[in-house]
Amino acid sequence: MLAGIAFYVLAATAIASAFAVIAARNPVHSVLFLILTFFTAAGLFVLLGAEFLAMLLIVVYVGAVAVLFLFVVMMLDVDFVELKQGFLAYMPVGALVALVLLSEISLVASAAMSADGAPIALAPAAPSEVTNAEAIGRVLYTDYVLVFQLAGVVLFVAMIGAIVLTLRHRPGVRKQNIAAQVGRKRSEGVELKDIRPGQGLS
Amino acid sequence: MEITLSHYLVVAGALFTIGVFGIFVNRKNVIIILMSIELVLLSVNINLVAFSAFLQNLEGQVFAMLVLTVAAAEAAVGLAILVTYFRNRGGIAVEDINQMRG
Repeated sequence: MLAGIAFYVLAATAIASAFAVIAARNPVHSVLFLILTFFTAAGLFVLLGAEFLAMLLIVVYVGAVAVLFLFVVMMLDVDFVELKQGFLAYMPVGALVALVLLSEISLVASAAMSADGAPIALAPAAPSEVTNAEAIGRVLYTDYVLVFQLAGVVLFVAMIGAIVLTLRHRPGVRKQNIAAQVGRKRSEGVELKDIRPGQGLS
Repeated sequence: MEITLSHYLVVAGALFTIGVFGIFVNRKNVIIILMSIELVLLSVNINLVAFSAFLQNLEGQVFAMLVLTVAAAEAAVGLAILVTYFRNRGGIAVEDINQMRG
């Protein structure tokens, strides 16, 4: 019963905040609603018994991806009001496609039955001695170790790609050159002038 | 009021639809498009985890982790491209983006 109420509250919050992501005028609000969506999705994962993935969702999405979005939104000085134009123009066809898509998905999803025609219910959690994280670890590091390492490669390539894309060498930027500083000689920096009294430096 | 697999699938489907709808209606704002893609990937994750929990098969959660990885990588590279594009052109209008063709 309590799980049912929690599910409906979380689901309604997730869908409402997801809609707010695409409808908000200010992209900063969009990012904040995105964070709310991920949080509620993490709550749904906890309801499903996938605690490890829920925490991963919060750490990776809320802690990294959403903050990255927030950085970029705040760093780019863009006139977002102008970008919002065309929202109403694309609305009818978008709504049509969304309606068809949603009805199709709901049709298929509500037909998800077990073999004997009963709706699939969540089995009562078997009392097991391993936690969710440990169970995932047992599968991930044995059967899927290659996939795990490939995920690492994907992240590595993405990291290199992001650095290569955003790194730039601007000409004319003064930086400290320690070798030049240390290698300076007295003759390059100091010039002795013999000044006669009453005449200044010309 | 027992929560079945279909409930979770419908929620995931709604999130997926909202993501696709967001790509449709925010054609000019590439940041919102990236967020919509994140929503779509999140709905896929909910699907995977729901099936994994209801069918008591942990492999779905492993694949959800992989989707998470790809989503993070995609966001990083996409935002890097966006920053570079903004730096070069002074705006992020998606209509002009075809000028990047060599």
